[in-house]
Amino acid sequence: MRKPITILVSIDSNSILLGARHFKNYLINRLEHYNLTELVDVLETGSLGRYDQGVLFLLLPDNKMYGIKDTNDIELFVEEQLLKGRPVKELIVEEIQTPKSVEAKKVTEEERIVLKRAGKIDPKNIEEYIAFDGYQGFAKALEMKPSEIVNELKASGLRGRGGAGFPTGLKWEFTMNVNAPEKFIICNADEGEPGTFKDRLIMEGDPHSVIEGMLIAGYTVGASKGYVYIRGEYFESVDNLRNAIAQAYEYGLLGENILDSGFSFDLTVRLGAGAYVCGEETALIESIEGKSGRPRLKPPYPPVKGLFQKPTVVNNVETFASVPAIVLKGAEWFKSFGTPSSPGTKVFSLCGNLVRRGIVEAPMGTTVADLIFKYGGGIEGGKMLKMVQTGGAAGTFIKADEINIPLDFDSFKNHGASLGSGVILAIDDSHCAVDVALNLMEFFAHESCGKCTPCREGTRLIVNILREFSKGRGTLEMLDNLYDIAYTMQNSAFCGLGQSVPVPLTSILDRFRDEFEAHIGADTCPVGVCRFDKKKKKARK
Amino acid sequence: MGKIKSLEELMKIKENTLKDLKMRDTDKRGKIVVAMGTCGIAAGAKETLKAIVDVLNEKGIEDIAVVQSGCFGLCDVEPTIEVRIGENEPIIYGHVTPNQAKRIIEQHVLEGKVVSDLVVKRGEL
Repeated sequence: MRKPITILVSIDSNSILLGARHFKNYLINRLEHYNLTELVDVLETGSLGRYDQGVLFLLLPDNKMYGIKDTNDIELFVEEQLLKGRPVKELIVEEIQTPKSVEAKKVTEEERIVLKRAGKIDPKNIEEYIAFDGYQGFAKALEMKPSEIVNELKASGLRGRGGAGFPTGLKWEFTMNVNAPEKFIICNADEGEPGTFKDRLIMEGDPHSVIEGMLIAGYTVGASKGYVYIRGEYFESVDNLRNAIAQAYEYGLLGENILDSGFSFDLTVRLGAGAYVCGEETALIESIEGKSGRPRLKPPYPPVKGLFQKPTVVNNVETFASVPAIVLKGAEWFKSFGTPSSPGTKVFSLCGNLVRRGIVEAPMGTTVADLIFKYGGGIEGGKMLKMVQTGGAAGTFIKADEINIPLDFDSFKNHGASLGSGVILAIDDSHCAVDVALNLMEFFAHESCGKCTPCREGTRLIVNILREFSKGRGTLEMLDNLYDIAYTMQNSAFCGLGQSVPVPLTSILDRFRDEFEAHIGADTCPVGVCRFDKKKKKARK
Repeated sequence: MGKIKSLEELMKIKENTLKDLKMRDTDKRGKIVVAMGTCGIAAGAKETLKAIVDVLNEKGIEDIAVVQSGCFGLCDVEPTIEVRIGENEPIIYGHVTPNQAKRIIEQHVLEGKVVSDLVVKRGEL
């Protein structure tokens, strides 16, 4: 039975913390009270993209987005909007732009490929995914030769969305060309990069797109078993993905002889225990094998020798979610978005001192300024932007006057700002550069796995030196020491974790050297954040 | 639901689900606005609304949105509904009982003929 009114309630982990589950039940209760259940459908959907206005209710077909903060808001919403049809202006977040409306374009001016369905469909219902082109890319792939799929991917220029930006087509080709009785597909959904939450929203809002991408990968390289490695704290992602996998089995899209093609594929979820290093693909593989998560020596790389020493494709969630649309619509279509060297779109996680924190999918090559001011709504509280960290914890810092840098996979090479996993961390002028650096380095010191000396000892030394600075005991010599340690780690650390620690460290030292120097011999921190020791201890103990 | 065995079966699910999802579309050929002020509800607007939805479902009409609004200010002729088809001038009907609602859908929505004996106003409010 179709109902004329649909309310999509944004149920993702952030909204759940804001009370989404409770609000949804309360809404249903109110609808029953007013005898409206025959007219109104209440459905769950993934993130609607923002959290600053409470839990979002999307009213369709009116296309009004309501921000619900407590149950009184729901009373008002039901009584005014649903019963009497009067929009409650103070609760409306923004009316979503339909192509017809000519008003100024707002936040919703996004290019959505990966998040096309998130916030539109019920992620727990496979049929809604199918209705929006779901599994059609896979069905098309089954009629192609594996080499054709690889060529299409290579032509599309799709590069890994996890941070490193390795060409996906090339990676698959390596594995495809290895002759082995058994191969594996792994989806890296560990997403440990602080500030990144895009993968979670993809898995919560559109889990089937990940499954479909993995199916295509499996068919292409000749693998029949896949693992999704999700970090254990992502309860909703785990739930939605497990549910999606069960549905895919039920509909015959996973399992034996899929769509009568002779291709079989099994998929399982593995939970991570929250170690940053397990986002590194070889450490992740070790973890799936049941060992402790420590990186392996490379080469051999996973496409040749990975899980259980078999050829393994490891890709990020967002990469897999991009694949079905490319197979379905072709490389040329995909290349119409983004820049020549980095085609397509990227899901950015906006966080820090922004008015609108959340995710946004924008074409590759969008500038940091646009992400902060157009999509992020500017800096909150009327403060000034001081610096931006792009690309996650292992990404670069840039100053406020450099934000016109377009972000793509080459922006690090060209402008010194990394794209990484697409985090934009805006930091306002109430923060101290030394304190920011210290915080970040404490994270790395905590997450260093301890396998290699440069990383284990290096991160510890860096933290010690930065602590001295934050206590007002820094010296110019210590600054040089930091560069030395950074150089050593970059060149001799065992895995990507240790090698990338110097990136944020040197970029913040380079750009805010004056602020570090202002801490030397001063009475107080210039910004007033660091707590200096009392004056008396000039001579160090 | 059994296992999908072919692309055709996949497309069939797609079509069927899309039909259900049409209700959520914001871009439609036209819409019927039902006045749900206190006056309208007292005069039976809820039954009218339900009848409209039922008839639309029954006839498989998917490109018409059903929207509720406040009182049109025509309380003496409640229940009132407004029918907007494309760019045509909107028509407001009064005294729309469930039976009349069916007539309006059959004649106005499907055939494009205004049900003149029920019209209370033409054009924008």
